[in-house]
Amino acid sequence: MTKPFVEMRGIKKAFHQHVVLNDVDFEVRAGEVHALMGENGAGKSTLMKVLTGIYERDAGTVLVDGREVHYRHPKEAELDGISVIHQELTIIPTLSVAENIFLGRESTIGRTGIIRYQEMEKQAEVYLKKLGIHIDPSELAGNLSVGKQQIVEIARVLSTNAKCLIMDEPTAALTEREIQTLFEVIRTLKQQGVAIVYISHRMEEIFTICDRISVLRDGQFIGTKRIAETNFDEIVHMMVGRQIGERFPKRNATIGEERMRVEGLTQEGVFENVSFSVRAGEILGVAGLMGSGRTEIMEAVFGARKADVGTIYIDGQPVSIPSPRHAIEHGIAMITEDRKQKGLVLNMSVRENLTLPKSEQLATAGVIQTVKEKELVSSLIKKLNIKTASPELEVKALSGGNQQKVVFGKWLAMEPRILILDEPTRGVDVGAKKEIYEIMNELTAQGVAIIMVSSELPEVLGMSDRIMVVHEGKVRAILENEGIDQETIMRAATGGKA
Amino acid sequence: MENKWNFDVKKLGPLIGFFLLCIVLSILSDSFLTVNNWMNVLRQVSINALIAFGMTFVILTGGIDLSVGSVLALSSAITAGIMASGTNGFTAIIIGLLAGFLMGALNGVVITKGRIAPFIATLATMTMFRGLTLVYTDGRPITGFASDDILFQMMGRGYFLGIPVPVVFMIVVYVALYFVLKKTTFGRHTYAIGGNEEASRLSGIRVDRLKIGIYSLTGGLSALAGIILTSRLNSAQPTAGTAYELDAIAAVVLGGTSLSGGRGWIFGTLVGALIIGVLNNGLNLLNVSSFYQQVIKGLVILLAVLLDRRKEA
Repeated sequence: MTKPFVEMRGIKKAFHQHVVLNDVDFEVRAGEVHALMGENGAGKSTLMKVLTGIYERDAGTVLVDGREVHYRHPKEAELDGISVIHQELTIIPTLSVAENIFLGRESTIGRTGIIRYQEMEKQAEVYLKKLGIHIDPSELAGNLSVGKQQIVEIARVLSTNAKCLIMDEPTAALTEREIQTLFEVIRTLKQQGVAIVYISHRMEEIFTICDRISVLRDGQFIGTKRIAETNFDEIVHMMVGRQIGERFPKRNATIGEERMRVEGLTQEGVFENVSFSVRAGEILGVAGLMGSGRTEIMEAVFGARKADVGTIYIDGQPVSIPSPRHAIEHGIAMITEDRKQKGLVLNMSVRENLTLPKSEQLATAGVIQTVKEKELVSSLIKKLNIKTASPELEVKALSGGNQQKVVFGKWLAMEPRILILDEPTRGVDVGAKKEIYEIMNELTAQGVAIIMVSSELPEVLGMSDRIMVVHEGKVRAILENEGIDQETIMRAATGGKA
Repeated sequence: MENKWNFDVKKLGPLIGFFLLCIVLSILSDSFLTVNNWMNVLRQVSINALIAFGMTFVILTGGIDLSVGSVLALSSAITAGIMASGTNGFTAIIIGLLAGFLMGALNGVVITKGRIAPFIATLATMTMFRGLTLVYTDGRPITGFASDDILFQMMGRGYFLGIPVPVVFMIVVYVALYFVLKKTTFGRHTYAIGGNEEASRLSGIRVDRLKIGIYSLTGGLSALAGIILTSRLNSAQPTAGTAYELDAIAAVVLGGTSLSGGRGWIFGTLVGALIIGVLNNGLNLLNVSSFYQQVIKGLVILLAVLLDRRKEA
């Protein structure tokens, strides 16, 4: 192999005596995809911020192309060819693809400021071709799928002559097919000698696309392994520092009476004739590609979206659910896919978030009973093992996994009878994932009916009793979870026969 | 949102500014620190403060209400008009308050059910209510009514335990709303909507109903301010309350409430209103020309917001 393009040795970084990186080594070579793993808060982002000059290191050396560097600003890192593809895309939807790629570096006629659009579009096409993808450079970026927007972003970075790409959870918002396209792009980049740092929680992806893995835990460098010489369990062990045992904990809930039945639910152009049921103590897994309508179906069941026709029965009785408030009154809770946009009030405290759906029950004549509220909050924090310095801390200060636990807590507080989970473990690290699975198991043991939508097929297979597969707004199959594998589900989810 | 750090710094900032302003003015002018002058300042502040208290709720939800000045004028005209036709003060005041409340409710309905941005919706109703005031008054002040109605006369000019009645209203409303914001579901949900409306809706909060309630409250408080003003001037001016929305918004922002919603304190609004009132009064005492007064007021607002930004960084 070639010598490292980026080499970091003995990196130390502390914020107010709180050590977040202690003696960390990391390197990435040209033409290599190097995974950086660790639980939330392990120091992955901090390490990358030290590399790109957002933070100044307290100790250690950083060599880029064999030369010691001290970046003060990400712009300086970019000049040396180190760029970051952020989790939240920075595409401007109202500008064209070409305009996005050359934003701030537009090709103009002399110094007049008049843009040479044709020239720019021609150049944009060159970069997009390099990635092996066809996207019309004159198309508005906002009209593209998230996956293509991401590729536009990669093209933009390439056009600045990038030699090292840092990708932070690049597949978080992509469909299965888009992930495959992205992997093709990554392979092309590898061949062109680009060094890639790949940050992700998705183990399957890392074993598919990466060459080496480096693991951090609590700011310590644990080790670097070649993918070919390691396995899933070893990496998890390195990340959490203990054996977490079975990835999906065993469950022994007795499945009872039918809790909810949905019949012929239709919203024109979104989903069609959707029928399914879920029983007490059961987990119904819902698989399907992103954009298949699976989230929209759940929103309609929860009253957050209006279906045109269809009937929902709870305990055999037809009910009307025109708003989330009605759903809550019927004992339905929904943990949404996007916790920042739809799940939490980020600048409110952990306490206020935990009691939001229940605040009216905690109040007498509109006045919130502080003592009752505090009791409930401390019992939830304990039960869910939420790691927060204080219940008064703003929820945005918590790590992703703990934020997700707050979302769980806020719905557990109302003691739901039917719980809808949409991507319950997205962006959550391995340890917290397991805790969330255990909570789900405990709930089913208490007789709660759970519907779990997930893009992670191993999770669907590992947790569900039955699996419903959605494709283009229609239910393709409802399968007993016995002797089926990922391929069976994928075939149905992509429109093939189950 | 209630952690120590926010609590201290955020609340002290405007307060320190207020005291500094008072110290400077008491050095520059002999008549500033007199009981008489302060009664005057507080009476003037009370009108803006009452409107700004309502505005605080509106801004906490991430909205804005530009129509408060017009609501004030129309409620004032209605109250005066009814009294001029011989109705007693009590009935007229109730009808005036109700009118303001309904105008606010209309704002709320247009914003929530019509899904129109608050800025646009209240810009439209501001124009409409002002127009209705001109129609109702025929563009002339309403005068010569209820000179012997004690209740009505008390509203703007009376004293209660030695404190001007408008100031008593300001204090009572402040205490009540402070409690509402701090201790009730109404207050909690106000913050929640401003912080994340979608998450609030999905948590079962009746977002539309709450917003309509908040705009109604603001309408009612604007009407109360209007009635106090009518009593003080003993006339209803068709142009009353013009640009009052700007002073109210300024008071809210000076107090440290974020225009993007979800963060803020009604105590800050009280201090903000006091700062504006004292500044107006001080500049008058110092014989600063009214043209320069506006320049200085604008500068103070800019400065306050800049300092506030610094602290958050």
